[in-house]
Amino acid sequence: MKAAPGLPAAQASALARLSDAFWRHPRIFVALLLLLPLSWLGVVYIGSLSALLLQSFFSIDEFSGLVQYEFTLKTYRELLTPSNFDIILRTFLMACAVTVAASIIAFPIALFAAKYARGRLKALFYLGAMLPLWSSYLVKIYAWKLILAKEGIINWVVEALGLKFLLELILSTPVIGGNSLSVSYIGTFIVLLYVWLPFMILPVQAALERVPRNVLEATADLGASRGQALRHVVLPLALPGIVAGSIFTFSLTLGDYIVPQIIGSSRRFIGQAVYAHQGTAGNIPLAAAFAVVPILIMAVYLWLAKRRGAFDAL
Amino acid sequence: MAAAVEFDNVTRRFGEIAAVDGIDLSIDEGVFFAMLGPSGSGKTTCLRLISGFEQPTEGHVRIFGANSERIPPNARPVNTVFQDYALFPHLSVRDNIAFGPMVRGVSKRNRYAEASRALDMVALTGFDLRSPRQLSGGQRQRVALARALVNKPRVLLLDEPLGALDLRLREQMQDELKALQKSLGITFIFVTHDQGEALSMSDRLAVVNRGKIVQVGTPEEIYSRPKSKFVADFVGASNVLSPELSARSGGAAAWSSLRPEFVRISRGGHANLSGKIRAVKYLGATRRVTVDVGGAEITALVEANSPLPSPDSPVGLSWSPEALHAMESE
Repeated sequence: MKAAPGLPAAQASALARLSDAFWRHPRIFVALLLLLPLSWLGVVYIGSLSALLLQSFFSIDEFSGLVQYEFTLKTYRELLTPSNFDIILRTFLMACAVTVAASIIAFPIALFAAKYARGRLKALFYLGAMLPLWSSYLVKIYAWKLILAKEGIINWVVEALGLKFLLELILSTPVIGGNSLSVSYIGTFIVLLYVWLPFMILPVQAALERVPRNVLEATADLGASRGQALRHVVLPLALPGIVAGSIFTFSLTLGDYIVPQIIGSSRRFIGQAVYAHQGTAGNIPLAAAFAVVPILIMAVYLWLAKRRGAFDAL
Repeated sequence: MAAAVEFDNVTRRFGEIAAVDGIDLSIDEGVFFAMLGPSGSGKTTCLRLISGFEQPTEGHVRIFGANSERIPPNARPVNTVFQDYALFPHLSVRDNIAFGPMVRGVSKRNRYAEASRALDMVALTGFDLRSPRQLSGGQRQRVALARALVNKPRVLLLDEPLGALDLRLREQMQDELKALQKSLGITFIFVTHDQGEALSMSDRLAVVNRGKIVQVGTPEEIYSRPKSKFVADFVGASNVLSPELSARSGGAAAWSSLRPEFVRISRGGHANLSGKIRAVKYLGATRRVTVDVGGAEITALVEANSPLPSPDSPVGLSWSPEALHAMESE
């Protein structure tokens, strides 16, 4: 076939022919592009997750300490023994507390950043929100240990203000209190809240950023007070962001084992239990069963959020 | 008639720039008032000064005689149809329209009934439970209108409400808006950059340029007797004749405007001006003919089926004496 006038003749080099072939068959091109990431996701990620799930249906022989490769729910039953169930409940409640506190603190910050801050102030916001993510996780946590310690700056300030009795009152609360902030659940909570807060602020800010200014003006135009606008328009439109953020704060708290190891009482969280069982105890099935718990909790949480319409405004 | 909205020497500055620059304006109750101007002329800022989203830097905006400075937007007897509708994406059509009644504390049953009636009014009966996302542009426009009107405002502000619609829909909405305004009898203040829209819909209109009002009047006054070159050109692309050319063609020695449709083209005989045809543009029902009259060009609109001398042939241009309008300023 003769080339149409004005069009260049079919290209000759192999590379050019390959490029032409891709252009004619876009599906092949897309498939090639996705091959590597999909195989990573499929084999390394989903594969290891299934292996984990499989492990949790095996059990350990109590005398020999060897894994028995037979399908059983014995390991899951073990999760429900009081000492293990306490670990799950404790972790779950901590994740709830951190998530709720993070959304309450993040919302006004995100609202300000999305709807009021401009130019330099906005740059400052991004810097402020992201900066904690730039430094080492361990360094931050040890820094917090010093801040919260009995000889730390919080104690010092409280003492200087003559409010030591108040701190002692708070620390004398059963369960969540302790000898000092750094060895109490309150300390664990503060540090978890600190390390995961950016993961709440950023999605909420992104959700609010997408709300056009004239939608907010329309609320005032139609006679709504600021409170009514917040309740009926701003919060519902921020909800997908809050849910996205809570997925991060919730799952990251559920899985963390370093913060509770360094700051808090010696009682374990799920992450620590997984660490201990797969390491020194050599009980891989129980570690796997523990690891499945956060996955189940997140699945139930997302299902509930979807049913309540949290993603409708997406 | 009482004034619904008055601007008393109002200026609104953003930094160095005066978006609205010393405007005096009085808009009577019950009229369809259009504000016409190019983009960036300050007409939308005028609207926002009335709705309360902007505050005047100087001067006062009075709504039904009351100074509005201390009244927040949610307490003003005005409602707005926003440029891109600003519907609440997470609420159904019914809840969007019932938003105003809801924040006023109207019971669910009553406000849904009001919403249904408002939907009847804008010819969207039965759309109550749809989501705004399921609607076309024209339908969203109607929902935005219903959402504003359900509050029974005394003044309705419309910010380029038809800008996003296609031509046919726009013409249909123009007729409907006009009819709606007549039947409700409330003041409509309509901002647009489309001169055809402003001329065909409004009872009175203000031409705005660079933060100032250039001319206020009825559409006929503005169209046939523009005060300045800007108005003559912006409203209907008039021929603007310099004082010298105006005098040469038998008019007063002043800047003058001449509507293209009043110009007749003839071969010989009496003529106000003579020249050569430069270009002919086919516009469907009419043709736009550009004639070089020596140092200036005059355009004429002639019927598409009328005979026309060939290009470059000498022609005479004539018009009746009242067609040439001497303007007050350049």
